[in-house]
Amino acid sequence: MSPDFSEVQGSVQDAATPVIQPEGDVTSGAALGAGVPAAPRLSLAGRRWGNFRANRRAYVSLWIFMVLFALTLPAELVANDKPLLVRYNGALYFPVFKGYAETTFGGDFESEADYRDPFVQELIKEGGWLLWPPVRFSFDTVNYDLDRPSPAPPSRQNLLGTDDQARDVLARVLYGFRVSILFALILTTLSSAVGIAAGAVQGYFGGWVDLGFQRFIEIWGGIPTLYLLIILSSLVRTTFWVLLGFLLLFSWMGLVGLVRAEVLRARNFDFVRAARALGVSNTGIMLRHVLPNALVATLTFLPFTLVGAVGILASLDFLGFGFPGGAPSLGELLNQGKRNLQAPWLGLTGFFVLSVMLSLLVFIGEGVRDAFDVRKTFGGSR
Amino acid sequence: MSLLDIENLAVQFRSSEGVIKALRGVDMTVNPGETVAVVGESGSGKSVTALSVLQLLPAQAHYTSGSIRFGGQELLHAKRNVLRGVRGGRIGMVFQEPMSSLNPLHTVEQQISETLTLHQGLSKRAARERALSLLGRVRLPNPERRLSAYPHQLSGGQRQRVMIAMALANEPELLIADEPTTALDVTVQAQILDLLRELQKDTGMALMLITHDLGIVRHTAEQVYVMTRGEVVEHGPSARIFSAPEHPYTRKLLAAEPSGTSTPLNADAKTLLKADDLKVWFPVQRGVLRRIVGHVKAVDGVSITVREGQTLGIVGESGSGKTTLGLALLQLVPSRGDVTFRGHDLQRARRGDLRRLRKELQVVFQDPYSSLSPRLTAFEIVEEGLRVHQPGDPYAARRERVAQALLEVGLEPRMMDRYPHEFSGGQRQRLAIARAIVLKPRLIILDEPTSALDMTIQAQIIGLLRDLQQQHGLAYIFISHDLRVVRALANDILVMKDGVVLEAGPAQRIFDAPQHEYTRALLAASLISGTTS
Repeated sequence: MSPDFSEVQGSVQDAATPVIQPEGDVTSGAALGAGVPAAPRLSLAGRRWGNFRANRRAYVSLWIFMVLFALTLPAELVANDKPLLVRYNGALYFPVFKGYAETTFGGDFESEADYRDPFVQELIKEGGWLLWPPVRFSFDTVNYDLDRPSPAPPSRQNLLGTDDQARDVLARVLYGFRVSILFALILTTLSSAVGIAAGAVQGYFGGWVDLGFQRFIEIWGGIPTLYLLIILSSLVRTTFWVLLGFLLLFSWMGLVGLVRAEVLRARNFDFVRAARALGVSNTGIMLRHVLPNALVATLTFLPFTLVGAVGILASLDFLGFGFPGGAPSLGELLNQGKRNLQAPWLGLTGFFVLSVMLSLLVFIGEGVRDAFDVRKTFGGSR
Repeated sequence: MSLLDIENLAVQFRSSEGVIKALRGVDMTVNPGETVAVVGESGSGKSVTALSVLQLLPAQAHYTSGSIRFGGQELLHAKRNVLRGVRGGRIGMVFQEPMSSLNPLHTVEQQISETLTLHQGLSKRAARERALSLLGRVRLPNPERRLSAYPHQLSGGQRQRVMIAMALANEPELLIADEPTTALDVTVQAQILDLLRELQKDTGMALMLITHDLGIVRHTAEQVYVMTRGEVVEHGPSARIFSAPEHPYTRKLLAAEPSGTSTPLNADAKTLLKADDLKVWFPVQRGVLRRIVGHVKAVDGVSITVREGQTLGIVGESGSGKTTLGLALLQLVPSRGDVTFRGHDLQRARRGDLRRLRKELQVVFQDPYSSLSPRLTAFEIVEEGLRVHQPGDPYAARRERVAQALLEVGLEPRMMDRYPHEFSGGQRQRLAIARAIVLKPRLIILDEPTSALDMTIQAQIIGLLRDLQQQHGLAYIFISHDLRVVRALANDILVMKDGVVLEAGPAQRIFDAPQHEYTRALLAASLISGTTS
């Protein structure tokens, strides 16, 4: 049945993309140039962007995500226990970027000024003014002014309440969101790079290289990551980069199989053969012809790798094997929610932030996948 | 009274980006027992017409006007159960691609008896009996054994016979055959056409033949409908259409037959490429230790010589090793034997030397869709060879060379920043030729360069190749299954089958006095589908 729809599909797809099939060469003798009407000239990227935008849900998700990301990226300027700007005796001070001793503002101590101290605030207001960020807490600011034991429920001061160490939940969420996204982005980028390189080498050279590499991946992939991580966390302090590096060791394998298969396929394309017949070198063929083809499959995968990385970080933090204590993290927030069932705002906040973030990423990912769908981009012309 | 009446049928395909009018008011009549051919190039709407009859078009299709009456019954917008009774019952259908039209997981028996139990409510045993007799009728050798065979165990021609048996199972009054022989080798094509004709004579059914091949039409059809761009431009008895075509498009289609002969060769032309006892054997490995138990001999001891300006035609059916031979000459698959190109030993050349020689030895592949990288612009595609062989050239000079190459193949230089998907099939093939000639090669290996293209475009490409040859004194190795195309270009011909050369010699001699039996069969088969016979 299918082959005979080919012609039918041909015409459907011609409609779907501004491609120029119908006249083609039938008229080309007379009007070679005119055989290709002035269709809207779109590069591949433009076409894909158009496809992506046509997907409302993905497009809106992308916007929401970009706004959230843009808000949390400079988290220090959004949520901090130091003012953004201080004007004192005619001079400007930037406490967020630089520490000033209390004596600068006429106080008693040589140590850094505690701007949350009403006394210091009074001092500064006498000689000028302070500009606070929207949230007056940093992720590790302990709110000593609570009128009840922590965790305190949402109030005008702490919009999302405080956690069991009297730290502002909103501030922690802002910082935690940022660290999750950055961690996931870096991890995804690096593991994709390693995975693509490994897959390309395997697929392009094949034979023993391929065989050996595959066996290595099977063994390497069998190592129980979680237990290694538990051992690691008892040996060294698991900072951002240590954790990233460790997860990278095991996360690159996901893409290898896919890229390898794509490269194996692309190796036999006629245009790769034609390039070899032109005398293009192996590296040239890989970079110009084979990898761009594999990249589409990879890009399609990326958003989902990203989601996975967010999830891994949150679950490690939840279990207590992630970032050291005190660091802002969504997993740690969830863990507090579990320990403090009497304070539902902890668990609920963690849950909503994570689920909104993951849903947005999945929606965007779907949009990207559809936008890169060859059948849509190339109008089905194989 | 006519069997099938299509009146003013218009079909549109709607999508988010606009409306395509696939059919614009088509009228067609098929009388009982008659053979009607619908001829047209791709995109002409001939398959849409055929599929409309059985209401098999996808959901985006909208019938804007018209009617389709079969035996007085309206099929357009008919209820589903009415259609089910007609599909596979009173109207049978045979599709183009026998490979994908059969379910790979069902045996031949299951495929045929499905329609029998569905429409006639036969028991399993009765269905088996009937399937056996049907297979006998379509001349499938060893029908008992074939019943339990799976599609992959059959050859293309055998699969098409099974498809025909399925279509005939319920003794249809009308058989719609949509390009039934296009995917088959020429000798098999002839057999299938004979079979269809015989069956039609026996059963008295009407046959609606959808095809692009005028040769087939001339040999089988009584009535001909010529379609282009969703319209029937001319119809009438076959003899009249061929002897006195009225519409300009019909005339153009008839004139598109590859014609002309090869450019005569200089007697003292130097030898360009010489291959001696060339072998490409693929090892067959078995068992845990991967012992080599035998070889698939794709090319087995072929010797050829190509001289400057000569066109060597290599003819053979699928699986004959002709494409592998081309790849081996290009050093794209490992081979044994000697290949010398302008005095250089290609087989033992060092990598750098080989790369320099590649400049003069180029290739054009069959499928213009897969041979151009979809991610590069036309300029980047054509320019690639220049980047390798003249890396020092400034950008402007490369653009100039590319523009020249595009002009030579009949494309506008201003198209060079477009992507392949913005070109039509014929234009893409021109692009592939431009990529080959931009390096000013001496020899181009053309691997079925016209077989993926429509008739009129085929003729244009052949004309282009001939012009280029005369201008630049190029030599061609022209690989094809289509003797008519080869005849139009080749000085000498090599007939291949199963990896060996059966016959070789000057084109004229091969066509006039073929020595080998297989060559004769090939020639006879291709003349059946040729309009010039």
